[in-house]
Amino acid sequence: MEEEGIVLTEEQKRRRRMRSIAIGIALGALVVLFYLITIARLGPGVSDRPL
Amino acid sequence: MSEAGIEMNTTVDTTLAGRGGVGDFVALLKPRVMSLVVFTAVVALAAAPVTPHPIIAITAILCIAIGAGAAGALNMWYDSDIDQIMTRTRERPIPAGMVGRDEALAFGMILSAFSVVVLGLATNWLAAGLLGFTIFFYAVIYTMWLKRSTPQNIVIGGAAGAFPPIVAWAAATGTVTLEPVVLFLIIFFWTPPHFWALALVRSGDYARAGVPMLPVVAGVDETRRQIFLYSLILVPLGIAPAVLGFAGWLYLTVSVVLGAVFLGLAWRLYTGKGDAIGPVARRLFAFSILYLFAVYAALFIEQIVGLPPIKFAFLSLPGITA
Repeated sequence: MEEEGIVLTEEQKRRRRMRSIAIGIALGALVVLFYLITIARLGPGVSDRPL
Repeated sequence: MSEAGIEMNTTVDTTLAGRGGVGDFVALLKPRVMSLVVFTAVVALAAAPVTPHPIIAITAILCIAIGAGAAGALNMWYDSDIDQIMTRTRERPIPAGMVGRDEALAFGMILSAFSVVVLGLATNWLAAGLLGFTIFFYAVIYTMWLKRSTPQNIVIGGAAGAFPPIVAWAAATGTVTLEPVVLFLIIFFWTPPHFWALALVRSGDYARAGVPMLPVVAGVDETRRQIFLYSLILVPLGIAPAVLGFAGWLYLTVSVVLGAVFLGLAWRLYTGKGDAIGPVARRLFAFSILYLFAVYAALFIEQIVGLPPIKFAFLSLPGITA
């Protein structure tokens, strides 16, 4: 069955896939970055607080 | 409703689909400008009296870099019409048809917001506010207003490129003192001679695009005069960090020697005749990049190696605190 609407070329599909991968990597890097910032901001006192 | 009204348009319109690759979006961030921003911010961070946690320092530099890149994307979004006309810029992602204007606008806005908020959360809101102001200054004050309306465009707009050391200093210390302001002023007064030297050899491009660069509006002779005058201000400012007591002998030597060469080239450009102007302008443009890199690198090396600053001790540095 023929596709309707906008039909991407193979090159466009490849570029879209690469963009998706880049966004995925950026999001993963942000998760790591936010975790590290949190740990750095909390400092060593986090394990020494009164419970 | 007629059948034709609800019929789907099955025409393949590839212009509607995102064509750009990852490289095109990276190009929107103006990586070469970003590298200068990162470099000057790193030096300011190293020169700051407070050393932040390495993770916080890396985050600050990342946010400043992304913020600068976002401003570049917003600049390309707004300037896509004139970028299409100029030889130097017609291969940029928007005029080349790889990225849509709306895509560039969304990309720039999202990255702007992201960089400011993360910098605020990771360091302090003075630094974040300054970064936000820098992006606004470049995208709105320079790109939308000054660039197309006055030959002083790059003089005032140059402030945007000069802000990163202040942002980095504020990120590290939570304050803005005289030291980062001097680092700001060095880039601020370096920008006109740097860009006008380029504009002297590219004035045809700017004239075609209707951008009122100084050589287009005031002529070659006035541009050469102003390049020399700005160089006269720049060179003493370049030496100021040593005189004010936050740079050492290495910095003083580099800034004096290269400052003398800078002034010499600016003088040769000012007094040059006819065909000699183009080659000297090109040399001054290339040398200006080396000059800025070298003075900042000298300051950086002194901080890393731990060379002491020269103590003239006649000034106590005033500052404002966040």
